[in-house]
Amino acid sequence: MERRRSFPDVVVGTIFVLIGGAFVVGSLGYELGTPLRMGPGAFPLLVGAIVAALGLAIVVKGFIAGEVIPFGRIPWRAIAAIVVALLFFGFTVRGLGFVVTSAVTALVTTLASSRVRLLTAVAVAAGLTVASTLIFVVGLQLRLPLWGPWLGF
Amino acid sequence: MDLLNDLALGFSTALAIQNILYCFVGVLLGTAVGVLPGIGPTATVAMLLPITFSFEPVTALIMLAGIYYGAQYGGSTTAILINLPGESSAAVTALDGHAMARQGRAGAALAAAAIGSFIAGTVATVVLAVAAPPLARVALQFGPAEYFSLVLLGLIVSIALARGTALKALAMIALGVLLGTVGQDIYTGTPRFVFDRRELYGGIDFVSVAVGMFGVAEILRNLENEQASTAITSRVRNLWPTREDWRRMAGPIARATGLGSALGVLPGGGHVLASFTSYAVEKRISKRPQEFGNGAIEGVAGPESANNAAAQTSFIPLLTLGLPAHPVMALMVGAFIVHGITPGPNVITDEPALFWGLIASMWIGNVLLVLLNLPLIGLWVRMLRIPYKVLFPMIILFAAIGTYSLSFNAYDVYTIVFFGILGYILIKCGCEPAPLLLGFVLGPLLEENMRRALIISRGDATVFLTRPISAVLLVLAVAALVLAVLPAIRKRREVVFTEEE
Repeated sequence: MERRRSFPDVVVGTIFVLIGGAFVVGSLGYELGTPLRMGPGAFPLLVGAIVAALGLAIVVKGFIAGEVIPFGRIPWRAIAAIVVALLFFGFTVRGLGFVVTSAVTALVTTLASSRVRLLTAVAVAAGLTVASTLIFVVGLQLRLPLWGPWLGF
Repeated sequence: MDLLNDLALGFSTALAIQNILYCFVGVLLGTAVGVLPGIGPTATVAMLLPITFSFEPVTALIMLAGIYYGAQYGGSTTAILINLPGESSAAVTALDGHAMARQGRAGAALAAAAIGSFIAGTVATVVLAVAAPPLARVALQFGPAEYFSLVLLGLIVSIALARGTALKALAMIALGVLLGTVGQDIYTGTPRFVFDRRELYGGIDFVSVAVGMFGVAEILRNLENEQASTAITSRVRNLWPTREDWRRMAGPIARATGLGSALGVLPGGGHVLASFTSYAVEKRISKRPQEFGNGAIEGVAGPESANNAAAQTSFIPLLTLGLPAHPVMALMVGAFIVHGITPGPNVITDEPALFWGLIASMWIGNVLLVLLNLPLIGLWVRMLRIPYKVLFPMIILFAAIGTYSLSFNAYDVYTIVFFGILGYILIKCGCEPAPLLLGFVLGPLLEENMRRALIISRGDATVFLTRPISAVLLVLAVAALVLAVLPAIRKRREVVFTEEE
């Protein structure tokens, strides 16, 4: 059989090994107990070892007979925009209030698309802010203040 | 007649004004997200879950269930009209449905899908009503050892849900179980893997995991290749099938209803498997197999009926055992728990109005779906013209608001960022997120029952093999694992899944 090296397989296998390994190391810090009374560390130790073993199997298979997956390009711009938008939402929703936070989040998210013009982005963000305010605060009565204390009024 | 009394109770609950209203909202939203590519029922249910916390429990569950089976209807619409399955189970529908649309018979294909779904949904609802109570009685005798084996079986069967290799699906399940151990240990109260963060003591919130994996990651995936939106090729007319169509549809619908009802019950198997199997069966027994792929109405009616029947009966494991068969069901387990109800065999006796009301609402929901889909098909077609650059900011914003309103904790929003990125990397490397979410939800059950069983047996690990029901379930789990790993079957699965691309 032809040797097919698969980069994605090696990457994802390594991720499984790292996460599984981290949990194994972490669970050794908790009491393992006996089979009769398993301590808090026993189950994560077992499952962490399974994850790491499966990850290792995926890495090995990735070097010998991996699954050929078209990897495609990575949308760095979209990742950056969406991560920033969501983090902004989390940081400011209490301080700036629902309206400003939603508007900025929607605007930054819209910029994730490389095919969007600024004017369109502003229009989309404005529309989404109005819509979400009507749906969530007016309609569903979520207890979210519209304006936050950071705005000074 | 107990069943009639029960159903009467169910209908009197489901026909309450606010329940009909939210059933309607649910199926409407479900159809919408089924039609729209890029957002599925899992992300929708996850985002809307926090909002339903203030509802009556039965109302909340009726709406969430409506989203789930409504999406099955909506997914077929896009599959037929633009060859873009909105939901994975609609992938086979696209084969013949879109071929029919290109021949100008989109109307007949849509009608076949809707009528088949309605008939199958109705029959499967009856199956659910008849089969659930005896199963619940059996489940009441389950001890922790049986539950452990059952959960394990459910997890292993869910490999069938995933594309890609069985090895990766297995790793995803185990990773989900592992992530489920974060938080305070149930027996000793020891906080595990919390990095001294108070926010993690209660565990990672499954809504954040679902929104991250199914919402954010999916959007990143779609933003890899931005293309101009697909033009809709056909105008829909002649909705009513001809007499010839009716004749050809009857058999496939009947067979698919039985097949779908049976496969839907499998924990983890679900509607995707049902629609693929139905297509394969119809193709094999048809006198004109060469027509399949070129617009055979059997190839639309069969899979569509099968996936809808399975969507209904996949509530059986949820309602009788507390086992979710689909990520959406996993979210519904969360909905039950938030309302103080432990999903499982006790629901049927402790909350009869909720149990029967939910079942009755599914039939009402199916009626509403036919009314929504056939006359209003033009509306859904128009919805396809919403550009993605408007759609994805809406999903992200609603996801942020929805998860934040879970407990007004910014930490939940950061969690969706984490799982969005992790999910994106995993999906890009050929791992499907569904098994991970199931593992995440079922993991704590697995651990709790394993430890409880060992305490009861005084540390004797053979208890899982000496109790007969548990042993049978474990044997089934091993068999399912072997089947999934065997090369011959794996090849079959690959063929089925490449057909859908």
